[in-house]
Amino acid sequence: MIIRLKVNGEWRQADVWPGASLLHVLREHLGLVGSKNACEQGECGSCSVWLDGDLVCSCLVLAAQAHEREVQTVESLAEGPRLHPVQEAFLEAGAVQCGFCTPGLIVAVADLLQHDPAPSELTIREALAGNLCRCTGYAKIIDAVKLAAQKMGNA
Amino acid sequence: MRIHLPRTLDEALEIKATDPEAVPLAGGTDLMVLLNFDRLRPAAMLEVSRLPELRAWRWENGTFLLGAGVTYSRIVSSLTEFKPLVEASRTVGSPQIRNRATIGGNLGTASPAGDALPVLAAYDAEVVLIKAGGKTRTLPWHQFLVGPKRNALAPDELILGVRWTVTRGPGSFSKIGTRNAMVIAVAGLCLVMDEGQRQLRVALGSVGPTILRAPDAEAFASKALTGAGAWEDPRAALPPRVLEEFGERVAAAARPIDDVRGTAAYRRHACRVLGRRALAWALEDRKLRG
Ligand SMILES: Cc1cc2nc3c(=O)[nH]c(=O)nc-3n(C[C@H](O)[C@H](O)[C@H](O)COP(=O)(O)OP(=O)(O)OC[C@H]3O[C@@H](n4cnc5c(N)ncnc54)[C@H](O)[C@@H]3O)c2cc1C
Ligand code: FES
Ligand code: FES
Repeated sequence: MIIRLKVNGEWRQADVWPGASLLHVLREHLGLVGSKNACEQGECGSCSVWLDGDLVCSCLVLAAQAHEREVQTVESLAEGPRLHPVQEAFLEAGAVQCGFCTPGLIVAVADLLQHDPAPSELTIREALAGNLCRCTGYAKIIDAVKLAAQKMGNA
Repeated sequence: MRIHLPRTLDEALEIKATDPEAVPLAGGTDLMVLLNFDRLRPAAMLEVSRLPELRAWRWENGTFLLGAGVTYSRIVSSLTEFKPLVEASRTVGSPQIRNRATIGGNLGTASPAGDALPVLAAYDAEVVLIKAGGKTRTLPWHQFLVGPKRNALAPDELILGVRWTVTRGPGSFSKIGTRNAMVIAVAGLCLVMDEGQRQLRVALGSVGPTILRAPDAEAFASKALTGAGAWEDPRAALPPRVLEEFGERVAAAARPIDDVRGTAAYRRHACRVLGRRALAWALEDRKLRG
């Protein structure tokens, strides 16, 4: 089936298998490979995107459900070579090791800071409960969130 | 695979009448997992997550009707007057899951571990089903949830929502799992005190083939409160060991099994502890409110 959706501000179209997930269509049809495929069951958050402004796991959205709707992926955050403050904070805090979880975390953190510009540590942990990282042990990720909050407060 | 993308509930019901094989798809947090892992290949699917009629709620003469398409995130942010429901909703998955997952999906899946379900059972809720022409059918929760992952939905129906009588009084939802978030309950419990009816209701999740109420424990606690005059005076002293005895009776209502998440004995013990704590919190809450 043909689906049409607005991705990162641009209308795109793809001819997809009707049972395909939004994640599959972003990666395999639209060439947006920032969103990662790790579990395909909503457990790891590495496929996090915004669907009409809501943070969701794109592996759990049927692509057809995104027809005529707006999707924003991690690729929308940097402006050319200028990184988003959350991305800068992850680099500066050393919150990236293998990097596989990073795009999903960046999206989840950007979403958190949109709703709560100065979250407590407890709020951070709760907000990131759906993003798994097998490398860092999370301490530096939490540092990165605090750093990003500071940067965005100062900007 | 045929995909239907109706814009209104009427359109969706027409489709369900002519293509009853079409599986309703709401937040997809249960269904998409099955689809991604090839455990389900429906001939057709019917997208319902955006139907405005299902995403609404309304109060009508002392009752509340919660649309099947309302997500846990919206319950947490907007329905704060229903504290146990909010508490249960907050424990579901992660923010990503709560932004998509719906009450209708929890009812549709009918898992004994569905976290909203003990709350609906403790509210004595009824499930409202609808088919083409707007014909509705209403079933008490226990006639809708008929077994593990089995419900009474007919092929030409959709779940419109769930309705309960709004009551006054304290209540809570709590669950036990291996982690503080993203966890399927090993045991879950909802307790509701209905000051108007002078009744206490308690429901259990994950400790039986479906959601269970604990009628013996309920009657015991209601009577203990009556005997002590505590319905009139929240500060009245209850006889000793009421909490312990209540916990025992709650545990006796469980019909748990051993599985990968826990043993039957552990689950029964969890019910005892959850029951005792929930009653203690409710009594404390009444004292504070006076
Ligand atoms: C990572 C993860 C964590 C989770 N954690 C929890 C948890 O902590 N607690 C918990 O209870 N659940 C949990 N779940 C399960 C799931 O999120 C819930 O059961 C949720 O309520 C399902 O809602 P949905 O809208 O996503 O349902 P869907 O997957 O869209 O549908 C589920 C079923 O309901 C049917 N259905 C949906 N809407 C209707 C309707 N209007 N009429 C008729 N049938 C309908 C569908 O046909 C399907 O059979 C989790 C799932 C994931 C992936
Ligand atoms: S790939 Fe979507 S949550 Fe893991
Ligand atoms: S950095 Fe490797 S999974 Fe997080």
